[in-house]
Amino acid sequence: MNEVALQVGQTAAPEALLFWILAPLTLIAALGMLLVRKAVHSAILMAFVMIALAIFYIAQDAPFLGIVQIVVYTGAVMMLFLFILMLVGVDSSDSLAETIRGLRPIAITAALGFGGLMVSLLSRATLGRSAVGLEAANSDGNVEAIARLLFSRYVWPFEVVSALLITAALGAMVLAHHHRIQERPTQRQLSIDRFRKDSLATAAGLAAPGVFARHNAVDVPALLPDGSPAPASINASLKARGDVLDSARFELGTVDTSADEEK
Amino acid sequence: MMMMTSTSIVYLIALPLAGAVILLLAGRRSDKWGHLLATALCASSFFVALYQLSLMFKRPSQERAVSQKLFEWISVGTFKIDAGLLLDQLSICFVLLITGVGSLIHIYSISYMAHDPDRRRFFAFLNLFIAAMLLLVLGDSYLNLYVGWEGVGLASYLLIGFWNEKPAYATASKKAFVMNRIGDMGLSFAIMIAFATMGTVSFIGVQAAVEQTSTLALTGIGIMLLVAAIGKSAQFPLQAWLGDAMAGPTPVSALIHAATMVTAGVYLITRSNFIFDAAPSAQLLVVIVGAITLMFGALIGTAKDDIKKALAASTMSQIGYMILCAGLGPVGYAFAIMHLLTHGFFKAGMFLGAGSVMHGMDDEVNMRKYGALRKVMPITFVTFGLGYLAILGIPPFAGFYSKDMIIETAFNAGGIKGIILGSVTLLGAGITAFYMTRVMILTFTGTPRWDEKAQPHESPWLMWLPMAILALGSLTSGYLLSSNDSLVKWLSPLFESHEEHHELLPPILVSALALVMVAIGVAVAFLKYSRREIDAVAPKNVSIFTRIAREDLMQDRLNEALFMRPGQELTKTLVKTDAVIIDGAVRGIGRLTIATALSLRGVQNGFVRSYAAFILIGALAMIVAIWVVVQ
Amino acid sequence: MDAANYLYLSALLFSIGAIGVVLRRNAIVVFMCIELMLNAANLSFVTFSRINGDLNGQVVAFFTMVVAACEVVVGLAIIVTIYRSRRSASVDDASLLRR
Repeated sequence: MNEVALQVGQTAAPEALLFWILAPLTLIAALGMLLVRKAVHSAILMAFVMIALAIFYIAQDAPFLGIVQIVVYTGAVMMLFLFILMLVGVDSSDSLAETIRGLRPIAITAALGFGGLMVSLLSRATLGRSAVGLEAANSDGNVEAIARLLFSRYVWPFEVVSALLITAALGAMVLAHHHRIQERPTQRQLSIDRFRKDSLATAAGLAAPGVFARHNAVDVPALLPDGSPAPASINASLKARGDVLDSARFELGTVDTSADEEK
Repeated sequence: MMMMTSTSIVYLIALPLAGAVILLLAGRRSDKWGHLLATALCASSFFVALYQLSLMFKRPSQERAVSQKLFEWISVGTFKIDAGLLLDQLSICFVLLITGVGSLIHIYSISYMAHDPDRRRFFAFLNLFIAAMLLLVLGDSYLNLYVGWEGVGLASYLLIGFWNEKPAYATASKKAFVMNRIGDMGLSFAIMIAFATMGTVSFIGVQAAVEQTSTLALTGIGIMLLVAAIGKSAQFPLQAWLGDAMAGPTPVSALIHAATMVTAGVYLITRSNFIFDAAPSAQLLVVIVGAITLMFGALIGTAKDDIKKALAASTMSQIGYMILCAGLGPVGYAFAIMHLLTHGFFKAGMFLGAGSVMHGMDDEVNMRKYGALRKVMPITFVTFGLGYLAILGIPPFAGFYSKDMIIETAFNAGGIKGIILGSVTLLGAGITAFYMTRVMILTFTGTPRWDEKAQPHESPWLMWLPMAILALGSLTSGYLLSSNDSLVKWLSPLFESHEEHHELLPPILVSALALVMVAIGVAVAFLKYSRREIDAVAPKNVSIFTRIAREDLMQDRLNEALFMRPGQELTKTLVKTDAVIIDGAVRGIGRLTIATALSLRGVQNGFVRSYAAFILIGALAMIVAIWVVVQ
Repeated sequence: MDAANYLYLSALLFSIGAIGVVLRRNAIVVFMCIELMLNAANLSFVTFSRINGDLNGQVVAFFTMVVAACEVVVGLAIIVTIYRSRRSASVDDASLLRR
């Protein structure tokens, strides 16, 4: 492989060991991300890929980028992903059945062809000169060297990117801002609605979970005075996730109301 | 040659233009004082012109021309045109005529249009016309002239159709406009040829470039300029509009269709003297057109019963004289201008007289319904009569000097050409005498033939005063302009010097011949119309010649048969072609596009993921391409 | 070990990300796959930086991260907005342009 100039020379054995262990794991995690049904699991696998990449960066004499990768991606971005997942999609698990006809074979063929050709091209590429490492460039320390570039040659893109960040933050705020379409109901209005609209049965408010039950956890429906469970007392998102305990176990027998009648 | 510059020429144009703008924008608010403002502005423009004239007199003859640059108008690469004004000996003649006669006609119109609800609009258009006409004669390049040229065309259109509630009048204004367009096209072609061959369109630049330009191009420019002059000055074969243009109010006929706008063609030819001098064939064509028109107009004039149309035919004929004279080269330009100026006086005066008669006769224009008006309209009779004597060329009236000069110059053109032209002009003078005498007799003498209702009366002083001043002009202008050759000398710096011409006939003999012709014409008219009663209705059983003359020598029919009908057929064919071939092609393309789009619409299925798949396929294609290249 | 191995890894991760973008319907997962593609590109930058002995690649990778972060912020905000109005995070449901 001497004629392949991309070769940087045999790196030290620890890096090779690291690569051959971590690279297959990264690929498996990435593939898993593609295949698992639940978005949350995808996110976890994604976080793994990110960390693995950070390690690769550090191994390649880019410690600054490696740290930034961990802080920005696994720290900020992945948290954001999980957060949004909790907000919108935690209840759904994707169906992996394809709905657009012919898309799956086309996409897989195209992507595999793309990757295969890339690898094929890379394996043939030559620079025509021997490659250099980063030892010289990083002689003052990687962070200082990057800082020197960032604040001299790339100072204009740097400023532009900072403007972009601020714009993006503002944009996100504007987009996520909820425009109220109707007037916010007043206490008085709510109170009137409660009595006029629904049945009087709920006029005093819905039962809280666990009330009259033998278990006071939030995933246990309340028992109504006649002993039957009240599904309305459980939070809708818990119900959607399927995390609701069957309340039959905690049901009372038929309530004996004779004592009341005597009074 | 560096020309003196002046900053006050622009006021000549700006004053009447301001009047037009103010009156049109202020609308009905200015109904009360609009006519006074317009008249005052036109008169002040006249005074500016007088002031400019006095300045010119103080300078030696070679330095009398002044120019003024207004602003840079067009600047494309090396092609630059400034909106500039040029006031020289030729322009000042026209400026004085336009503003002077214009002011008089403004004054006249105050009274003439007093009962018209739209008098303010009329004055606004009059001012607009004055401004445009001044721009026409003051522009320092053909392009600036063109702006004025179109401006007077617009003003003429607006004023002919001033009473556009009558469909016939609206049609007349349209006819005038459309026929003028043909001439305007000629002018634009002339400008384009000049620009293509000489690279400049300013008068000075073109004059300097004539030397290096081929005769062919110069002839082309000359012919195109002639076409322009033919259209604007109602010359053969585009003369048919002038008779119908009499639909406009009489002051308009006097100002625009007798004294000023229709003479723009003469101005154009004299202004372009350097081109015509270098293009003899174009010059010959000018002479021919002039000769034909002067006979044409005169013949039409003999048969018209409408007093304004008779005068219009006379105008056509007189301008034919001018054009003919301007076509005779350096010897003729000054005489053409002289006749133009004297004609401006006497013809405007006669039109105003006709207007005065109409004013007194409830807008009756048929001369057969007049008669014996001499007694009830003495002032009109005297002023009209002075104009009549002037147009006949009776010494010492204006026409004698100017028309005799033209006849003389025609004879002196030399050879067979000189004899033909001289005879034509002489004959024209005789016929002119005939039909003008006819007008006089029918209108002012004989027995009254009015309707019972008509109550003819003399016009108010606001109307007869301008007529009197113009009559005075008809009386004196010829002598003033020709005594001592003053106009010829005044204009001489502009035109190339006279070559010595051989005199075919001595001047005194020419004058005598002309007077004899006139006398014959007058005598025939007297014999024909004064000795017996005039029919109040035009007789039907007249000779074929009279009938042809009454129909403007069949010009309208000719135009109809030659241009209008084939044009209509062509239009119909084109409409069909458009519907079948062009529209078919367009619709076919549309259908093809729709079919293609429908079949391609499947790709746009609205799913983001399939779009992403297409991006992926594109990326793959690029990689494949790179891979193939690397292989 | 050959530094080109990192490039192979990068190409494969990119392809996997591309497949994910096309085939997954959950908008959040699609977004994560886009992030994966960006990260794969970053890995190439860092690797090339090392091969060339030049820190420009790392700086570009840094900028990519910033831009990617911006994209995530705005993209997720859009997802939230869409979810709020259509109660779904599936990209197939956001197909208003279809008709």
